[in-house]
Amino acid sequence: MGRKLLFDKAHIEGIRYYDVYRANGGYGSAEKALKSMTPDQVLDEVKKSGLRGRGGAGFPTGMKWSFIAKPEGVPRYLVCNADESEPGTFKDRYLMEFIPHLLIEGLLISSYTLGCNSCYIYIRGEYAWIPDILEQAIAEAKKNGWLGKNIQGTGFDLEIYVQRGAGAYICGEETALIESLEGKRGNPRIKPPFPAVKGLWDCPTVVNNVETLAAVVPILRIGGEEYSKYGIGKSTGTKLISACGNINKPGVYEIEMNISVEEFIYSDEYCGGIANGKRLKACIPGGSSVPILPANLLLKTAKGEQRMMTYESLSDGGFATGSMLGSGGFIVLDEDQCVVKNTLTFARFYHHESCGQCSPCREGTGWMKRVLQNIENGKGKMSDIDLLWDIQRKIEGNTICPLGDAAAWPVAAAIRHFRDEFEWHVLHPEEATKRNYGLAHYADPLVIAAPAAV
Amino acid sequence: MFSEEKLNKVKEIIARYPAGKQKSALIPVLHLAQEEFGGWLSAETMDYVASLLQIKPIEVYEVATFYSMFNLKPVGKYVFEVCQTGPCMLRGSDNIIDYIKKKLDIGVGETTKDGLFTLKTVECLGACGYAPMMQLGKHFREHLTPEKVDAIIEECRVKAN
Repeated sequence: MGRKLLFDKAHIEGIRYYDVYRANGGYGSAEKALKSMTPDQVLDEVKKSGLRGRGGAGFPTGMKWSFIAKPEGVPRYLVCNADESEPGTFKDRYLMEFIPHLLIEGLLISSYTLGCNSCYIYIRGEYAWIPDILEQAIAEAKKNGWLGKNIQGTGFDLEIYVQRGAGAYICGEETALIESLEGKRGNPRIKPPFPAVKGLWDCPTVVNNVETLAAVVPILRIGGEEYSKYGIGKSTGTKLISACGNINKPGVYEIEMNISVEEFIYSDEYCGGIANGKRLKACIPGGSSVPILPANLLLKTAKGEQRMMTYESLSDGGFATGSMLGSGGFIVLDEDQCVVKNTLTFARFYHHESCGQCSPCREGTGWMKRVLQNIENGKGKMSDIDLLWDIQRKIEGNTICPLGDAAAWPVAAAIRHFRDEFEWHVLHPEEATKRNYGLAHYADPLVIAAPAAV
Repeated sequence: MFSEEKLNKVKEIIARYPAGKQKSALIPVLHLAQEEFGGWLSAETMDYVASLLQIKPIEVYEVATFYSMFNLKPVGKYVFEVCQTGPCMLRGSDNIIDYIKKKLDIGVGETTKDGLFTLKTVECLGACGYAPMMQLGKHFREHLTPEKVDAIIEECRVKAN
């Protein structure tokens, strides 16, 4: 069994409630931080832990925190990003639903460290039942002296509020989230200024993902250095992976970042193999925006090494032969699935979710969707494949926020690795509407180029 | 007009923000209004929300038109919002959508003649591991099969009577 830090107590009955959480060591980390450490000491532990943002970007959390501006007399805010909307990602939902106090405790420690007295949890509107769970946890914490004025007699004050969004993927982007929290359309802001300087209501603000903030609790419990011994290299600690698609056991798994992709897919501890005795065709390992990989490149890197569930290994080979750990939304396709159709659903998603500020994204995502629709429905031309390539290149890097990139990458990767499947659709339009291209050669052993003779 | 109880709720929401930042309450108050006034936001409702928050009506329209959860037209009493993004598609969401269309004899975006059901297709709702799925009111209905859809329709009909 892999070691767990977040879900180690998730199986305990009633852990959702304060009394059970507290009886099992809950709020021990907050007690330690508030009563025996200065904010700078806590920050040091988080830096030592090597914790990286769990929302998708993987930016070092300690460094992000150290950027927060501290002008005299200006309030600072911590905003918890619970807008989880990247297709394939449903890990934060699980954490909030089953162990809400872990998040509340993480918010308390983080707010203390950053010097924030108000904290907002911005949760996607569709998770409509979860605010009730969080608000109950907040009320319980308050009743027991962990929130409100003069927390545990330390003189530190904190209020936590839950705010629902209303259906907009873009609000997971931190500046769009801040706009939405201010009661506006979710249009990302131009950076700089970064939120750490000018964020919510123009005040210094830190926005972190749910899992990132929850991870602060075990970091304080075992110490930053001990936390950094979990995982491999710069992929320290554990990561929540939400696994879905054609696998036997979809769900949310906490993994130590030292297992192979193969173990994650095939072991009974995790996904339990491909469903219905089928074979693995492809996988999108980090949420819909990261590059799709065919089975052979997923399990082994282009160098022939075993691919691991770490930030570094999943991105080994760059976009040419690698992908990303992203948000941990792990989407598996079996041999019966159509990569063109899957790519079409993502293109439609990004078109639907584009905020419309930047022309390359607003126009390009719709154009990609329509071209993909044609190919999928047997009305495509060979030149459409090159056209798609051209459009995605002109979106990537040309927008205010990363949604443009997120829309471009899945299309680019699908063409890069599955071009013959696209061509087959064009060449066999009638057949393509009746059956799928199948596994083809996508699971064949990789041909590793021999090193050049000296 | 909101009831006294709901007006208190609005006050409570506004109190979450610093003084003068009551516009931040807009999305929560629109949710409240949509629940209260028949599942959608009419121009009158939006104007009312603007007056409550002391902001211009256009500020409300801007927001209401941006977020997909706000309905700007009347909808059925029960809205089936079926996810169709990749992970759900891989687990057969297309079949579920087709089944509901046939069963209720409506297209996507349409409402049954008795005003009971509306069918919407939506993009990823964050239930990918429990696909196919749909949102029905406040909750998710997951691992959908034609049999489960039948049972949900029946459950709604019973509740409506």
